[in-house]
Amino acid sequence: MDATPKKKTRLVKTIRVDVDKCNGCRACEVICSSFHASPRYSSSNPERSRIRVIREPLRDIYVPVYAGEYTAAECSGRDKYTIDGKAYDECAFCRASCPSRSLFKEPDSGLPLKCDMCESDPPLDEPMCVQWCLNDALVYEEHEVEVTEEDEPQTELELGVESLVDKHGLQKLMDTIARMKKKG
Amino acid sequence: MRFAETGFNLEVDLSTGNIERVETDPRWTEQHLGGLGTSSRILWDRCPPEVEPYSEDNLLIFAAGLLVGTPAPGANRTVVTTISPQSLFTAYSMMGGFFAPELKHAGYDKVILRGRSPSLVYLWIHNDKVEIRDAAHLRGKGANEAADLIRAELHEPKAQVAAIGLAGENRVRFASIEHGRSSASRLGIGGVMGDKGLKAIAVRGTKDLNVARPAEFMELCNGALKYIGVREQKPVPGVMPILAGLGSPQEMKLIDEEWHTTNFMWGNSRTRRRDFWTKEIEEKWKGTQESVRKRLVSCYNCPMKCGATISVPGEATYMMKCFSKLTYTMAAYSDLDFGFRIAQRATEYGVDAFSAPQVMAFGLELLEHGILGPSDFEGMPADNEGRFFWLLDRIVRREGIGDALADGTYWAARKFGKAAEELAHNNIKKHEQLPLKLGMLNPVYFLMYCTGEKSNITQIEGQFPQAPFATMAEREDFVKDWVQVPDDRFKKYLLDWEFRGERANPTYPTVEMSCDIVDWQERMHHIDDALGMCAGLSSFPLKPPYHIHNYPAFISAATGIEVDEAGLTRIARRNRTLLRALNVRRGLTRDDERPPDDHWKKRFPDLEQKLLDAYYKFKGWNLRGIPTGKSLNELDLGFVAEDLRKRGFPIDDDTAPSPQPSGAAAEAKAAS
Ligand code: SF4
Ligand code: SF4
Ligand code: SF4
Repeated sequence: MDATPKKKTRLVKTIRVDVDKCNGCRACEVICSSFHASPRYSSSNPERSRIRVIREPLRDIYVPVYAGEYTAAECSGRDKYTIDGKAYDECAFCRASCPSRSLFKEPDSGLPLKCDMCESDPPLDEPMCVQWCLNDALVYEEHEVEVTEEDEPQTELELGVESLVDKHGLQKLMDTIARMKKKG
Repeated sequence: MRFAETGFNLEVDLSTGNIERVETDPRWTEQHLGGLGTSSRILWDRCPPEVEPYSEDNLLIFAAGLLVGTPAPGANRTVVTTISPQSLFTAYSMMGGFFAPELKHAGYDKVILRGRSPSLVYLWIHNDKVEIRDAAHLRGKGANEAADLIRAELHEPKAQVAAIGLAGENRVRFASIEHGRSSASRLGIGGVMGDKGLKAIAVRGTKDLNVARPAEFMELCNGALKYIGVREQKPVPGVMPILAGLGSPQEMKLIDEEWHTTNFMWGNSRTRRRDFWTKEIEEKWKGTQESVRKRLVSCYNCPMKCGATISVPGEATYMMKCFSKLTYTMAAYSDLDFGFRIAQRATEYGVDAFSAPQVMAFGLELLEHGILGPSDFEGMPADNEGRFFWLLDRIVRREGIGDALADGTYWAARKFGKAAEELAHNNIKKHEQLPLKLGMLNPVYFLMYCTGEKSNITQIEGQFPQAPFATMAEREDFVKDWVQVPDDRFKKYLLDWEFRGERANPTYPTVEMSCDIVDWQERMHHIDDALGMCAGLSSFPLKPPYHIHNYPAFISAATGIEVDEAGLTRIARRNRTLLRALNVRRGLTRDDERPPDDHWKKRFPDLEQKLLDAYYKFKGWNLRGIPTGKSLNELDLGFVAEDLRKRGFPIDDDTAPSPQPSGAAAEAKAAS
């Protein structure tokens, strides 16, 4: 077998966020949650959204943040930014679904949420949050990059399982699955 | 499963501290939708006419409309309903922002408050966990300030808070309920909240809200959103800038205030300053507005930006929208900088930005006319702006002269006698109106001013242009894509409407056409208020995304309740009639249905009476403005008929003669 990983290209999708254009309407949260409901659009709940707008109107703080990687442990150092004289809260710009906060977790199960760029079949022209942001605070861009096969993105299921492993330990999780299988 | 609504109300008795989660009757949704519709039904059942506004028996209902929390853009209204301490009729006041969707996601369509707490408290709703918490430490705090303190002590930065300020605590009869960029201001509902000993409601919700037919509903929502985008690129030509687009009047965005400042009245709705708006003023106001305005902000799930964050140097930041930008400025004959400054304090105190400035200007007139003496105003600074700040402080604390003024122009004037009553000239049903005095009677506006149950013109006007277009070409252009009209005859009304001659105000639109137009506009407002849709995307602006032809599909897809245009019209009529019946039961008479005597210079008493006669008849009411037994039965409001009958209202006599109009002053003026 060929030991060198195969080269191939992958479409990198980015959403450019312009915080100055955000009016804090949370339409992005609404539509993201609705798009990911199953069946699709059957319910809405911003708490399940994979984009969250950090809003503090009276301090004029509006930061739409996308759910990024899940992390099992919180980081040891913290970022604190001051921009244009506005001091942002700790972790304000962080995308991680992390144990130190409730952001980017399913409200009932606590499972981590991650933006999947509205993956769907057939693919959308633009992610839903971008389509619903009429203020152009969110702008969709894509370009191609060369990647190695190992870089394949994690699936949602893998992500969920990983967080459960972190929470309960692999053994306990396997036992539980075995038990459920027997019952089923 | 319930769709679009949660199917639960929260019942809170502030006297006993009892809290219950109560399942609602789905048939009520079919009959009234939700929001104002079902809240009116609750008031009808539980608030008999003897109930005093400031009493344990009065209800204060926070309702999230039926579509609130669904992805329908702009469906975010909280409708607050109670008995008004000012008009003594039903008050309903709405606020945008983020409160109602959060309430829906917490699992409730309404919070129904009754009783009176022995000490100041606030209500904390966190999904299924609901508690009444001590608010002693929040007494006297500003509404925004209190909201921040509550979020901090709950460690819930995402909690949405509706709070009162000092004005509400002291039962000012025009106190508001504040919620960030929005407020429910009109008719003194903040005073009722204060009377109940409730400083605030904080809510946080993380539950799902379902819709019945997801794909269909989403297609409609996408369509509405798309339309908004297109419509925003196409302002209506030939009307004032603030009437050209969607949303609430875009006064935070626009600098051009020629229309308001030269058409609306200054002082206690006294002086028109036709030459006010000059290049210099425009430059100066532009500087002021741009320096204090930090950002244009919207409500939940809406692409418009009707509000703004305002930071005046030296004052805490606050948010503002709409015409409140000018009400203080114009009442004090001052400038925009003063307006932004005093509005900051007024927002924290929580007062209605329509009423409060007029009340203060009225107070100063009492002094100028010698009805009150300098001793009543002891300590008042000499400078104009300082006097307004001073009066505001007295009013919200009910100190000295502020105690009487805190009751609003109507009630204060009653204390000071006939001469004072003449100065309180801008009321309908005891409630301060927009400061507007015009020349020629407009029959459509006459009817809306008279009969609107909220006594607030912006809550009934909207879809039909306020004035004719000058040329036929403009009219034809306007009606070309006017899909929102319920029927093509409305296009004809507009095409034929002229500035002068036979087909001009006051006799055109004709009496019948006027009834028809008012009925349409009012129908749309009633639908919005039941759905929790922002009027700024529906009943208020010209050519909005939501209208009578697409609403049935939205409602059906969201709720699973099949409804068509005729059915929806019937629901709106039912809700409108129920609200009328509520007020009739509380003593509303034809004689109350009068615009201020000086609203138009040219008045036509005979025509006005004809208009009222025809409108009442059109609505299925008798000549006293009371719904007839027959029309109540037709609307499945038999229980209302029965109650009114028992109380001796002449509902089965639709020939009851038109009572003599006692608008004698109006007649005298018109005659002179
Ligand atoms: S939809 Fe756009 S404007 Fe609205 S909150 Fe999201 S990013 Fe901000
Ligand atoms: S791109 Fe799609 S998944 Fe990601 S935040 Fe936006 S709507 Fe949600
Ligand atoms: S149109 Fe304006 S007032 Fe209405 S919901 Fe949108 S932002 Fe709020």
